[in-house]
Order: sequence, then structure tokens, then C-alpha cells
Amino acid sequence: MATDATYETYYVPADSKLPIFASLGIFLTVFGLGNWFNDLTAGNESSLGVWILFLGGLVMGGTLFVWFSKVIEENHAKMYSQQMNRSFVWGMSWFIFSEVMFFAAFFGALFYVRVLAVPWIGGEGARGPTDMLWPDYVPEWPLINTPDPSLFPGAKEPMGPWGLPLINTVLLVLSSFTVNIAHHGIKENNRKKIVTWLSITVALGVAFLFCQAYEYYHAYEALGLTLNAGIYGTTFYMLTGFHGAHVTLGTFMLAVMLGRAIKGHFRDDDCFGFEAAAWYWHFVDVVWIGLFVFVYIFGS
Amino acid sequence: MSSVIEDHHHDDHHHGPAKGIMRWVFTTNHKDIGTLYLWFSFMMFLLGGTFALVIRAELFQPGLQIVEPEFFNQMTTMHGLIMVFGAVMPAFVGLANWLVPMMIGAPDMALPRMNNYSFWILPFAFTMLASTLLMEGGGPNFGWTFYAPLSTTYAPPSVTFFIFAVHLMGISSIMGSINVIVTILNLRAPGMTLMQMPLFVWTWLITAYLLIAVMPVLAGVVTMMLMDIHFGTAFFSAAGGGDPVLFQHVFWFFGHPEVYIMILPAFGVVSAIIPTFTRKKLFGYASMVYATASIAFLSFIVWAHHMFTVGMPLAGELYFMYATMLIAVPTGVKVFNWVATMWQGAMTFETPMLFAIAFVILFTIGGLSGLMLAIAPADFQYHDTYFVVAHFHYVLVPGSIFSIMAAVYYWLPKWTGNMYDETLGKTHFWLSFVGVNVTFFPQHFIGLAGMPRRIPDYALQFADFNMVSSMGAFLFGFSQLFFMFIVIKCIRGGKPATAQVWEGAHGLEWTVPSPAPYHTFTTPDGIDLKEAHG
Repeated sequence: MATDATYETYYVPADSKLPIFASLGIFLTVFGLGNWFNDLTAGNESSLGVWILFLGGLVMGGTLFVWFSKVIEENHAKMYSQQMNRSFVWGMSWFIFSEVMFFAAFFGALFYVRVLAVPWIGGEGARGPTDMLWPDYVPEWPLINTPDPSLFPGAKEPMGPWGLPLINTVLLVLSSFTVNIAHHGIKENNRKKIVTWLSITVALGVAFLFCQAYEYYHAYEALGLTLNAGIYGTTFYMLTGFHGAHVTLGTFMLAVMLGRAIKGHFRDDDCFGFEAAAWYWHFVDVVWIGLFVFVYIFGS
Repeated sequence: MSSVIEDHHHDDHHHGPAKGIMRWVFTTNHKDIGTLYLWFSFMMFLLGGTFALVIRAELFQPGLQIVEPEFFNQMTTMHGLIMVFGAVMPAFVGLANWLVPMMIGAPDMALPRMNNYSFWILPFAFTMLASTLLMEGGGPNFGWTFYAPLSTTYAPPSVTFFIFAVHLMGISSIMGSINVIVTILNLRAPGMTLMQMPLFVWTWLITAYLLIAVMPVLAGVVTMMLMDIHFGTAFFSAAGGGDPVLFQHVFWFFGHPEVYIMILPAFGVVSAIIPTFTRKKLFGYASMVYATASIAFLSFIVWAHHMFTVGMPLAGELYFMYATMLIAVPTGVKVFNWVATMWQGAMTFETPMLFAIAFVILFTIGGLSGLMLAIAPADFQYHDTYFVVAHFHYVLVPGSIFSIMAAVYYWLPKWTGNMYDETLGKTHFWLSFVGVNVTFFPQHFIGLAGMPRRIPDYALQFADFNMVSSMGAFLFGFSQLFFMFIVIKCIRGGKPATAQVWEGAHGLEWTVPSPAPYHTFTTPDGIDLKEAHG
């Protein structure tokens, strides 16, 4: 058995008011969203849901701000051991794994409709008689002519990979390198290097989001590619949309880390917050490679 | 530094709980949070049970007596959702909270504030879910499996709140599971290897992995529903090139691991109780670990056995049939090991042991009827009949729920410091045991004879068995109020429990006093790893 001195005490925080506010915040957020969506679909002009959502967002955002600030303070007060740090590392890793599985559901849906459902509706395979419903339907991918265009008017043309999407690929891959250079900056305790390269990374993230916003605008206006355009539009927007939401969150996380770096946070042996944001960023990057290959290149 | 931080510095971590109701709202203590989970799950158990009794009351006789068919559908749906997500899962999370840190010599869960957050999301989520029953158009009425397009095109408006309630439960589960995994991987007493952990810890490690892997997929599928309902996407609409069957694939990719999420911790509980009351070591510890891992792996590759009649290609039917039958192998290993543990043991039959033995026998019956359902051509006859209802209630009620009750009786003296009343406990067991079998065994017969599930009325030839089943259900249901009485009586007083509580009990949780102090194993000093294995 080891002696007392061998162990650092694991920090167990005392009672906290934060989680109950976070619970209230997340509840108000989804309750507001639910009311708002139902009002939208029912065609109601105004919705109380928007205000509940707004309130929920405020409570949630405020609580998370205080919560993260407190964790940073506790860390600076040297209350965390190396073991505590490993808990954070494991926690973030498993969180990213859960995100991987979330995207897996949508990629799985894409593969299923492309390989199985779309041909089956056209009469291939075991479910032959389905082609009696829509005899004029021709299975193809991207699915421009949907089985029932009166319900789902298909897009005029698919989104090609070699314009904006290629530029976006370059932007995101570059940003994975720049965030890595910033990480080296931390390991060398080189403040200027951290701030410079992290700024470039955030700028690349923002540029990506602008490109994607323009791409969506172009898809709606010029290509007739909408959420309502049948399964091609559905998979296109849900996959790229959730990815875009994650880029937004990742950019925000990196921007916070940039602010912290400017304030003088992070040393070579104390940079978990930065690393967590960087891992998240690499994850978002990898998902994009999957999207570029399966949604853009082989998808159009 | 702020004053808040200063306060923490002066905490010596040996203080007792805060006073008043706010103790429970603000707590970061794994034992408090475990208690919250257990009481919450018991309340949900009574609510879901009430819904079940509405169902059984309506089915007492053929014809429509008590409720409208529309409301009956809401009852079957809410019964399933509340029991799965509100009763069984939180009960196991509560057991994990109480026991995992004590079993591995950890001071608390790894991320205590997030632990509180995981719990307190649940009351909000279930209030929102239950409130759908009062909304215009009624609550969810499409079954707990919420197949599209019943749950999209033809759903009541309250489906939106159902979707967001599922999102909240998912967030809660994922955070809770991250906490369990991190605690087990990072906070074990120094020197405790993975293969020295009690089996309950092992089964929870694997369960938590399953949860993190599949709860996001559930979030994905309900998000697809949300988009189809409100934003004109075509995931589950063939008119746009999608497919309603896609829903079933994504749902069951979540759903099959989900059923193992509800049984693996039960395996852990039973593997703790049987050795104690046979006064022997668990037979085949390592094979139990590998069997659990195999079951978890197989759970990802068998999902479409829930969909044999949906119109899959023959190759799919065959693959999913054989893959499903494979699960019988590791499950058989487990049942063999439990029986072998009892072989030539010095057995006594206290209440936890009675529940554990009933678990082994009745869960095996549920497992074997599962094997019948795995045979694709036979499933064409059984599909969506009461045989399926009988099957999964045998694995869930005398399976998961009996194991939870066994766990409560087994560890209650450790939690409260008092012994429960053994005579009352045994009475509760026999009432439950008889009630469960009277309720669900006849359902095999009416299912094989062709009675469909989820209907409020039925043909006359099913009348007698339905009446028997309903009487059993009421017996079982009201026995659980008796259970509540026994637990409260034990909390309020009783014969003081020793630290070890049970003569044959081994494991770190039995080395601390009863009731367990508010903080245990603040530092890992003095932990005797020889006791750890259990």
C-alpha cells in the first residue's frame, strides 16, 4: 500500500446551483422550440414559443458561461489534479464519440436510401410491386425526379463538388493544420504563435460558414435544391446542415479559446480547454471529408 | 479569486449533507443523486404501472368497456415509454451512482456537477412527456416504437413535445454514461485492474458504452421525424424517394442495443447476489466479462430481427436470423455460470436471493421465447402478437425489474443502516412472483393463438386467458405499493445492519460502515484490494 503523499486528493465540488439552472434552461429551450414549430406548422402568425425559446437560450447561455468560468477559476486555483485532468480528457473523448454516432445515423440513412430505397421504389428487388404506384418513376442518384413531384418537387440540378464545396474543403483542411500550429505554440509557451495561428483558424472557420451560407442561397435560388426537394435535398441539407451547426459551435469554441489565449491562459502543461476545442475541430473536419466524398463527389 | 472558490478551499470533504429540500436540488454527492434516481424511477414505475392497469382493465373482457380506443393507444404508448426510459433505465443509473464509486474505491463520480445535471433533466423531460396526454389531439398514440408514418404524417401535434422529451432523455443518458465510463476508467483505487472489478461495474462499463453509441442514433431518428413533420423533408416518405422502413432500421439500430442496456446491469446485480447467498465465489468470472462484451457487440448487428415481416430481401432475413441466434451462446454461458455458482453452495434464501433465482429462471424463459422469435419463418406467425408481448415482458419484468428489486433489498441495509423486514420482503417476493407469472404466462398462449398486440378489443376465444392475465396484473401492480411500504419502513428504522450486512458478501462497499458515510474513500489509502473482487 502506498502512503498518503502518493495521492493527490480528487476534487469533489460542493453543492452547486448551476445544474438545476442548466436543466431549466435546456427545458425552456426545447419547450419553446416545440411550441414554435407547432405554431409554424399550424400556420399561426405569432408564437409564444419564440419567446420561451429566447428565455431558455438566455438561461442556458448564462448558466454555461458561469459554469465554464467557474471550472477555469478552479483550475487556476490549482484545485485539479492530473487525475482530474484525465477525467476531462476521457469525458471529451466520449462526447466526441457520441457525436460520431449522431452523424453515423444520418450517413446510414443516406447510404440506405441511395443503395436500397431509391431503386426499390422503382421496382427493383424484393419489393417489385411498389412501381405500380408511380410507373413513370426512374430510380437515379441524385434523385432529381421524385416519385411524386406534386408533393416533393425535385431540384433542377444537383450541387456539384468542384466549386464552393472544394474551396470549403481546402478551408477546413487548412484550418486543421493551423489549429495544430497554434497547439505547438502552446507547447512552446509562445503566446504570439498561439494567438496568430488561432486567429487564422477562427477566420478560416468563419470563411467556411460564409461560403456555406452562400452555397445554400445558390442552391435555393439557382438550383431549386430545397429541403422539400425529395430525398436528395433532405439528405443534402440534413448532413451539411448538422455539419454546419457543428462548425459554428467549433468556431465559437475556438474563438473563446482565442480570447482566453489573449488573456494569458494556457501553458504547455495546462491547456485542456484548448485541446478539447481542437479535438472537436478535427472531428468536424473529418466529418466534412466524409461529406465531401459521399454527398458531393459520389452524390452528384 | 472569488469568494466561491475560497469556500471550496475550506471544505474538508467530510462534511455531511446540506439541510432541507435544497440538498437534493443542488447536491453533487453520488449517493444523494443515486437516491434521487431511484425514487424518480419508482415514481415513474407507479405511473407506467397505472397505465398498464388501464390497459389490463380494458382487456379484462372483450368489447369496449372503460376507455376509448384512441386513449387505449395512448396508454400502450406511454406505458412503454415511461417504463423503458423513466423506470428501468434511471433505476439502473441510480444503482450505478450509489454503487460504482463504492465498489471501485472512488471518492465520488468523476464529474459530480454534470452528474446532478444528468438527473435533473429527467423530471423536466418526463413532465413534458406526460403532459402530452392533456394536449389537444391527445398524447403519442403510435406505440413506444413510434414507427413512421404513424408517428409523422398521422401523428397528433403533441408528437413534437414527445420528440423533444426524447432529446432531453438522450442528453441525460449520454452525460450519465460518460460519467460512469470516466469514473470506472479513471477513478479505480490504485492497483485495481479491470479484471479485479466486481461484475456489476463491468456490466455498467459496457452498458455505458452501448448508451453512448446508440442514444445519439435515437436523437438522429427523432430529428428526422421532426424535420419530416415540420420542414417538408422526405426521410420516411416514399413519394419523395425516402422510405418508412428507413425509420425502422434507424430506430432498431438504437432499439436493440437499448434492450441490452436494460438487461446487462441486471446481469451484474445477479452476479453479485448469487455468490453472496451461496457463500461461493462467482463461477467463471472472466467468461462472464467476455460474455457480456460479446452480447454488447452482437447487439449492434441483429437489429432487423424486429422487422422480419417488413419485406426484407431473403439474404437479410437469413443473416439477421443466424446472427440473432448467436446471442444465445454468451447468454447461455451466463446462465450456466449462475447455476454453477449455486452448485454445491451453502445456500440461504433471503429476499434478494429469491429475486435473483427467480431472475435466472424467468429471464431464461424470456430468452428462450426470444430464440423462437429469432426464427424468421416462425416469426411471420408470432410477429405483433401477444407472444411478443409475453416475451419481452418476461425479460423486462422478472428480468430487469426483479433484478432492480433484488438490488434494492440487497443494498438497502448498506444505504439505510437498517435491515428491512425479512418476512415482509419474502411476502412481497411471492406476491410479485405469482403476479408476474399469472399476468404474462397466459399471454404466450393467446399470442400463439393469434391475438394481436396493441388492440383494445379482441375475439371471444381469447377471453379467459385475458381475464387471468388482468387479475395477475392487478396483483402484481398493487404488490408494488407493498414494496414501497417495506422500503419506507426500512428507511425509518429496523434492526441495525453491520458493515458486511450479509455473511457471504465481499466487495469494497461492504468494508465501509452501514449506513455508508456521506463521503467514502476520499483518498484511496487503506483499501484492501483482496476484498474488491466481490
